[in-house]
Amino acid sequence: MISKKLALLAAGFGLLLSAAAQAALPIQHWKTDNGTRVYFVESHDLPMLDVSVDFAAGSAYDTAPKSGLASLTRHMLALGAGGVSEDDIAKGLADVGASLGGAFDQDRASYTLRTLSGQRERVQSLALLAKILQQPDFPTAILEREKKRAIAALREEDTQPESIAAKAFFRDLYGGHPYGLPPAGKPETVAALSRDEVAAFYRAHYTAGSAVVSLIGDVSRAEAEAIAKELSSNLPAGAGEGAIPPVAQLAKAEQQTIAHPAKQSHILIGDVGVRRGDPDYFPLFVGNHVLGGGGFTSRLMQDVREKRGLAYSVYSYFEPLRQEGPFVIGLQTKREQTAQALEVVRDTLKEFVAAGPKAAELEKAKQNIVLGFPLRIDSNAKILGYLAMIGFYDLPLTYLDDFVRHVERVGVRDVKDAFARRVHPDRMVTVVVGGGE
Amino acid sequence: MPRLRVSRFAVAGLAFLAATASAATVDRTLSNGLKVIVKEDHRSPVVASQVWYKAGSIDEFNGTTGVAHVLEHMMFKGTKKVGPGEFSKIIAEAGGRENAFTSSDYTTYFEQVEKSKLPLAFRLEADRMQNLALSADEFAKEIKVVMEERRWRTEDKPQSLVYEQTVATAYQEHPYRRPVIGWMNDLQHMTVDDARDWYRRWYAPNNAVLVVVGDVKADEVFKLAQTYFGKLKPHALPLRKPQEEPKQDGTKRVTVKAPAKLPYLLMAYHAPVLRDVDKDWEPYALEVLAGVLDGNPAARLNRSLVREQQVASEVGAGYDAVSRGPALFVVEGTPSEGKTVGALETAIRAELERIKKDGVTAEELARVRSQVVAAKVYQRDSMFYQGMVIGQMELSGLSYKDIDARLAKLQQVTPEQVRDVARKYLTDDNLTVGTLDPQPLDTKKPAMPPKGLHHDF
Repeated sequence: MISKKLALLAAGFGLLLSAAAQAALPIQHWKTDNGTRVYFVESHDLPMLDVSVDFAAGSAYDTAPKSGLASLTRHMLALGAGGVSEDDIAKGLADVGASLGGAFDQDRASYTLRTLSGQRERVQSLALLAKILQQPDFPTAILEREKKRAIAALREEDTQPESIAAKAFFRDLYGGHPYGLPPAGKPETVAALSRDEVAAFYRAHYTAGSAVVSLIGDVSRAEAEAIAKELSSNLPAGAGEGAIPPVAQLAKAEQQTIAHPAKQSHILIGDVGVRRGDPDYFPLFVGNHVLGGGGFTSRLMQDVREKRGLAYSVYSYFEPLRQEGPFVIGLQTKREQTAQALEVVRDTLKEFVAAGPKAAELEKAKQNIVLGFPLRIDSNAKILGYLAMIGFYDLPLTYLDDFVRHVERVGVRDVKDAFARRVHPDRMVTVVVGGGE
Repeated sequence: MPRLRVSRFAVAGLAFLAATASAATVDRTLSNGLKVIVKEDHRSPVVASQVWYKAGSIDEFNGTTGVAHVLEHMMFKGTKKVGPGEFSKIIAEAGGRENAFTSSDYTTYFEQVEKSKLPLAFRLEADRMQNLALSADEFAKEIKVVMEERRWRTEDKPQSLVYEQTVATAYQEHPYRRPVIGWMNDLQHMTVDDARDWYRRWYAPNNAVLVVVGDVKADEVFKLAQTYFGKLKPHALPLRKPQEEPKQDGTKRVTVKAPAKLPYLLMAYHAPVLRDVDKDWEPYALEVLAGVLDGNPAARLNRSLVREQQVASEVGAGYDAVSRGPALFVVEGTPSEGKTVGALETAIRAELERIKKDGVTAEELARVRSQVVAAKVYQRDSMFYQGMVIGQMELSGLSYKDIDARLAKLQQVTPEQVRDVARKYLTDDNLTVGTLDPQPLDTKKPAMPPKGLHHDF
């Protein structure tokens, strides 16, 4: 992660701030000539480079009849570009030990590249990444093959309780809002997608103006500038199309049980949560640590697993997005004890929302987050994730430096108020896949 | 198998010099037999601490399968001094993360903390190495959690069931036939005494390796280890029998029916593992073979079966050269819509035959070598992962000192060696095939309740 020089610098700051607040992560930021935002951390400890290029091209930009278009478009980029075949792209990367990755969610579609920083490896792999991003060919035969594979995977998912539950949950939580669409579409919508639609989606959403390039690793600022330029210069022009519509609050409680022969019921309970950058985020994040985000010490884990042995896994989280992302509680339990587990979870949630955390509990949660902060940025991979997030959501460059302070500032009252605004135990979505007998 | 090379580097001064000169990995063995291995990594002010016990499902007996893993859960349920669940709370309050995992070969407990908290992690780990409470009340709750884990991990996951059944079929005599999570019936009848027996049998400093990677000084870690673990008493360990798997003579087949849409195919061939880093060559050739088949997106299986023939929608291959027991070389896949598992099996066999006949290309080998070189750099991005590599080598009867030699040997594999191991091991007589026969959701009533479920709390 941070180079030795920077680590020393951070230690210096540590004397002024609290011991744990030595976050100083010097992020360099600029814009390329055609409007791509760049975030860079220079680190020469390891001879490697990590790059992420993120676009506002997630499933929220799908429409119900074309659901799956965003996901298919991202997937197709690396399967033939600039006249280089999918095999030659794969070989060209593998030959220099580079690996291509990426992510896809409601808001974002991204490609990541990890490469050795030596001239030969770096030049070859970045040239391929640039081709993938700028000149995708979308070969028709490959598109048809990948549609078939995607449809097969969707049909399989539709038999598995975990994915059945997730899809039903998001549909119920978001109604007609695009956050409620299945991220990879439905078999029938994917089957209908055409090459023209994929190409048009690409041109509209993989634009220089919406792109964010993040880099960490063994290159100089001048090299990073050249790389950012190479990756963005021939992207489609424009700022990216379409804004994600506002999210409506739930009007009433919804519960559905979907029969499935599984031995465990998969349960999801949730509400419309919070946007990235919302002032309520930190109180919710810290509060949720007490409720169900803090691992074995959290209340849900204590009440459901540790005291009663009702589940192996039980958790809660807020997923902040461009618009209000979900608040989710999830667990799996032997089908015969579904009702009991549901009752325990609901009681725990109700009690937490009504009374908030105890002062001592909150202090311990904050202590865990604050003292554990160095673990959040102890690898290039983790830092790359933060750079991409800061860039994509236009968060302050000091986000990581401020993180500890924001956490320390949260009080019992803040958590209670924020939960009261965001989480409504009397009108939440509940999905049970399995049985309740 | 007896432990190898437990105390090769006992001179403190030497270890210290090595550490300051090149921040190499160094070790020291305490007088009670606990081996301490430290890798300094000063990129970030954190440390990963891992206690590896040489006790996994390989050491279990019929009737109490899963007890290694159950004990892992119980290790968080309190000691004479630290109450149930307190371990996790104390580490959390120190800003740390903790957890544990059990495999067929070992059980590992770890903490990731800001570097000044390492003594706290050591104190707690040393305490539970010898003072575990193992109360009947806590056991009664936790065994239910473990059964939920089995349902979640295996029973409701069709491909996991195929894996479990295929492995149980491939091995007849070797304990690897039993799943790490344990059979449900054994979990239902497990008692706190089973866990106590296991703990008494295997939890001792002379059956453990402490691996520390992070922003620490090796000599200080050795001193800390002496302070916290030094007073623990070793005890004689039970004799481990070889339980070698006899040669297989003829293909075995197993079918699993479970609610799913797509079939699934798993082909498992018995294969050797690495025992002598310098002299062995077959395990390296098998690793390269797995790399040529499925080591990168350009590899053969994906290119030929998914992209060109379109007989598979997913396909993969895997082999692990480092383990206490024997290995399986596996090839797996999901047929494309409209294709059968039979067609996929035929296509996979044709790919394997091609390698047996024509070998692999220099280009393919070079590609695998590039991956190995790069992976060696990339793994240094994670302290935790570096600790994992060290621990796995040590617990498999090899040494962390062999890590680089192993990578160098991988680079020397020839096309002929790859062809030869394919010819020798990827044979019908040596093969077990598992298939998933997908069942529609509606006709399958509350899926096969295991016998004795009614006993279940």
